[in-house]
Amino acid sequence: MLSQIVYLHWLSFSKLSHTPSLPIALPFSHQEPKLRHSNSAPKQAIAEERVHFLIHIVFLKVQSLSTNMLHLTKGRVGCLLSKRAVVGLTNSGARMSSHSHHEVSDQVDMSQPMYWDRLDTPLPDRAWNDVLDSKDKSLKEKEKGPWTALSKEEKIALYRLKFNHTYPEMKRPSHEWKTVIGGMFIFFGITGLVVFWQGHYVYPPQPHTFGEEWQAKQIQRMLDMRVNPIEGFSAKWDYKNKQWK
Amino acid sequence: MSLAKPAMRGLLGKRLRFHLPIAFALSLVAAAAFKYGVTEPRKQAYADFYKQYDTTKEFNNMREAGVFESVRPTGK
Repeated sequence: MLSQIVYLHWLSFSKLSHTPSLPIALPFSHQEPKLRHSNSAPKQAIAEERVHFLIHIVFLKVQSLSTNMLHLTKGRVGCLLSKRAVVGLTNSGARMSSHSHHEVSDQVDMSQPMYWDRLDTPLPDRAWNDVLDSKDKSLKEKEKGPWTALSKEEKIALYRLKFNHTYPEMKRPSHEWKTVIGGMFIFFGITGLVVFWQGHYVYPPQPHTFGEEWQAKQIQRMLDMRVNPIEGFSAKWDYKNKQWK
Repeated sequence: MSLAKPAMRGLLGKRLRFHLPIAFALSLVAAAAFKYGVTEPRKQAYADFYKQYDTTKEFNNMREAGVFESVRPTGK
C-alpha cells in the first residue's frame, strides 16, 4: 500500500514536474522562455491523461487518510493536490501547437538532436515541427520539386515548419533594460548609504594638516617657493599686488 | 519575392577602404591639434618667462620669505 503510494507519487512528480516554461508569471520574466518543448499527442489527450493520474492520486490519498497510514494533514494534502492540479492543467495549456516531443516527461533528452533559436546558429540540429499532418506532408512532397512552383504562402508555411522564430523575431527588443537600469540604481543607492555610514562611523578624525589655518600657511609657502612659476600654481599669483591673477 | 543577392566577398576590404583614410586623417588632425594647441603655446610661455627672468632678484625674494635652510633671511 505504502509502496504503491510512493510509486505513484514518484510517477506523478516526474510526469507533472515541469521546466522553464512556468505557468506563474515571475516578476522579472520579460521574455518568453527560450526553449520550447512539445507534446507528442494533442492537447486533449495529455490533459485527460494527467487528470486520470490526479484522480488516482486523490483516491489513494483519501484511502491513506482513512487508513491513517501516512499521517498527512488534510491541509497539506489539499495544498499539494491543488498545486499539482494547477501544474497539470496549465502545463497542457501552454503547449498549444503540435510539435514533436522526445519523451513524455518534461525533461529534455540531451542525446537527441535539439532545436534552438540562436543568432549565431542559423540551422539547428532538427526542424521545429517534426510531427507533420497530411497537409504538411503533402507540402513537404511538393518541396522536393522545383521551388518556383511553390506559392509565397507555401514557402512561408515551409519556413514556419522548419523554424520557430525568424531572425527579426529572435532579435526583438525586450523590457530587460529597465530591470538592469533599475537594479543598477538600487545598488548605487545602497552603496551610497553604506559609504555615508562608513564616513560617519568608520573613518578616523582628519589629519591636522587639513585644517584651514594649516592650508593657508601651506599655500603661502608654495608661493614663496615659486612652485610652477611658468604655467602652474605660482604663475596664477600676482606677486606685485599680492593677489590671485 | 526575389531579393538582391547580398555581397559575399570583399567585405573587409570594403570596410578598410572606407575607414582607414578616415582614421589616418583624424589621427593627423589630433596630432596637429595637440602640437598647435598645447606644445607651441607651452614653448612660447617658457621663452617669455625666461626673457624677463632675473635670477638674483628671485633668489633674494625667496630667501626673505624664509624657504631656504642654507641661507637665512637677512634679518639676523
